Amino acid sequence: MRWLRLVAILLVLGPASQAPAVQPDEILKDPAQEARARELSKQLRCMVCQNQSIDDSDAPLARDLRILVRERLQAGDSNSQVLDFLVQRYGEFVLLRPRLHWRTALLWLAPPVLLIGGGLILLMLARRRRGAGPVDAALPQGGALTPDEERRLAGLMKPEDR
Amino acid sequence: MTPEIGHYALVLAFALGIFQGCVPLYGAQRNDPVLMATAVPTAVAQFVFIGIAFAALTLAYVGSDFSVVNVFENSHSLKPLIYKISGVWGNHEGSMLLWVLILALFGALVAIFGGNLPLTLKANVLSVQSWIAVAFILFILATSNPFLRLVPTPAEGRDLNPLLQDPGLAIHPPLLYVGYVGLSISFSFAIAALIEGRIDAAWARWVRPWTLLAWIFLTLGIAMGSYWAYYTLGWGGWWFWDPVENASFMPWLIATALLHSAVVMEKRNALKIWTILLAILAFSLSLIGTFLVRSGVLTSVHAFATDPTRGVFILALLIVFIGGALALFAWRAPLLKQGGLFAPVSREGALVLNNLFLVTACLTVFVGTLYPLALEALTGEKISVGAPFFNATFGPLFLMLLLAVPFGPLLAWKRGDLPGVAQRLMAAAGVALVVMVATYAIAWGGPVLAPVMIGIAVFVIAGALTDFAERAGVGRVPLGTSVRRAAGLPRSAWGTMLAHLGLGLTLIGIVGETQFGSERIAEMKPGQTMAIAGYDFHFDGIAVRPGPNYRDQVATFTVRRGGDVIGVMAPSKRTFPARSTTRTEAALMARGFSQLYLSLGDVSASGTLAVRVYHKPLVLLIWLGTIVMVIGGTLSLTDRRLRVGAPKPARGKAAMQPAE
Repeated sequence: MRWLRLVAILLVLGPASQAPAVQPDEILKDPAQEARARELSKQLRCMVCQNQSIDDSDAPLARDLRILVRERLQAGDSNSQVLDFLVQRYGEFVLLRPRLHWRTALLWLAPPVLLIGGGLILLMLARRRRGAGPVDAALPQGGALTPDEERRLAGLMKPEDR
Repeated sequence: MTPEIGHYALVLAFALGIFQGCVPLYGAQRNDPVLMATAVPTAVAQFVFIGIAFAALTLAYVGSDFSVVNVFENSHSLKPLIYKISGVWGNHEGSMLLWVLILALFGALVAIFGGNLPLTLKANVLSVQSWIAVAFILFILATSNPFLRLVPTPAEGRDLNPLLQDPGLAIHPPLLYVGYVGLSISFSFAIAALIEGRIDAAWARWVRPWTLLAWIFLTLGIAMGSYWAYYTLGWGGWWFWDPVENASFMPWLIATALLHSAVVMEKRNALKIWTILLAILAFSLSLIGTFLVRSGVLTSVHAFATDPTRGVFILALLIVFIGGALALFAWRAPLLKQGGLFAPVSREGALVLNNLFLVTACLTVFVGTLYPLALEALTGEKISVGAPFFNATFGPLFLMLLLAVPFGPLLAWKRGDLPGVAQRLMAAAGVALVVMVATYAIAWGGPVLAPVMIGIAVFVIAGALTDFAERAGVGRVPLGTSVRRAAGLPRSAWGTMLAHLGLGLTLIGIVGETQFGSERIAEMKPGQTMAIAGYDFHFDGIAVRPGPNYRDQVATFTVRRGGDVIGVMAPSKRTFPARSTTRTEAALMARGFSQLYLSLGDVSASGTLAVRVYHKPLVLLIWLGTIVMVIGGTLSLTDRRLRVGAPKPARGKAAMQPAE
């Protein structure tokens, strides 16, 4: 259903976002710095696109941001300094991986809490169940049979010809 | 005339739906077989009428009837026939019509093939199914009518978005919808069971094939969409953790959990309440997905607020169906008695663990997808939750699940022997360890975690084969005997083995592509050569080629490896005059399971062409793995033990097989 997203992109944001992003003239000479730039680009959002990193988007803003990231790296910034700089300028929205903060605590804590909490509940249930009695085969339930079921049962119980 | 017939047929289907939603349900309460029996013909008729409506819209598209707004906005007289047809569901109104068509199709299938269902259960299931249909037909008629006319009639249409004119997209949405909407059957069965207040192992036996069918199509649909994105979008991305993708992935995760818990219920009569809950959740997530995609809420909360008609309508449907289902569940579920006790270390226990991980993984995706929307709606603050978040949370969860996968099928029901199973998995673990070390040595200095993940994938594959080989007696009996034994194993055993094997293959593909791939971006002139991963690409030149409703600018590259020519790749830029848009057509060349991927950027003023070359190791395994999973699912679906009322075997002996 990605196509629906593309419809949205094309309807709302104009024909952008196909075609790959990084242009040959943006690439830095130093391969190590370029690799860091790519790594950072994947974590930064193209703010005019829908859920695309600046590494994926060919929108003009994304290009400006890619160049900005590379300029900061050339100026000697560390990765986290570059991210800080961009957050200061554009807000938390620019980060595709939100930082841990009280506003995002629920987001980050949900998976481990669910897993551990779910596991504990299961353990408790298992313990309670063990005390409940011997392991027994499934017992039929649901009360008396309806006339319809009686008929079906009679049909099934008819002696087979083999 | 045709569009009016379609419109009228849809209204008739709506009226029939109301009948089908009330009468059989009432009949089931009164235990009146005549009233209950009305469900079958109405379900079939409802499908026929929606089919007529769909056919009418398709005819309007095929005949390029631009007096219909929907056709005018999404079609063009010069478009190839296949895209005229796929254009029917390439837009909001048409895709909703396809949605209800498939919903009615499933209802009709239950009506036709459900001859051996108890009468009350069948009546209740079809009534519940019909209420969903009624709600969505009303949605179409009230807010998204595809049959509206346009005066005066335009001479030419606006054409379908060029990105959607692709064979992959012609089949992707129907596949996905069959999966999405197919889960409605499990939902209807769950609600019917709650209404009746009784549920037994037979219920799981009826529900499982339907869930499996939906799961197969959902898997195919997701894989197809992913492959389409991979070759269309021009940079070889195949999964983006996009909200729309997540909307289809969440039902898949829950449907997978449901398949596993239904096994426990069928074999051991345990986990009943939980299975019912999963059946409700799976379809609820399909509905939430429909809401996310259809309401415009994803584009922005504000876009939703400015034109809320459709969004509010679907939101109301969500509240009625999900809220109603969960309320019914809370009220009636305590009445269902639990059966089939088991020790924590057992096949049941392993499947419960599987469910815990799958549900947690699903909720992780759910929270990640909806958190930014909720935060913005509540506080006005905007944050982004993208791929890096999901990789950091969903990734570890799923890897933990994969580590546990080989243990499940080896554990005995009721009470398992964990040390014993671990011992039987020693060989698989050994193979995995060897492959892991080998990968580490070959990719020396490469990514550190990648060999570990490859090791886990190999463990899953070898583990799936271990169980199977043991049951076939490989190594203990002569090869011929074990082959015969393997062929004689139940198809559901084959299904389990293949599904788990496919999972391992997909993981290898994912690790190969993301961790060991390489790319180069350069400006090239004809006559120049670029090298990547041992392959040389020689740029021969550019030519222009006309197409039916587009124009291609094709660049030709000769590919060499070690001096030998191994082929020609011809990526192009395709211009569609009707919308004055251009799209990149990447060229792909398979080398074993790996691929070379070539796509074009812009032509600069100086006449050079921006070229991107990617080497994607083992990338094809991602989709091959899903196909293996689908084959496994299909085999399991054809297992005669899963079909209710399967014809009696020729000799009574086969029926005596022990329950697995």
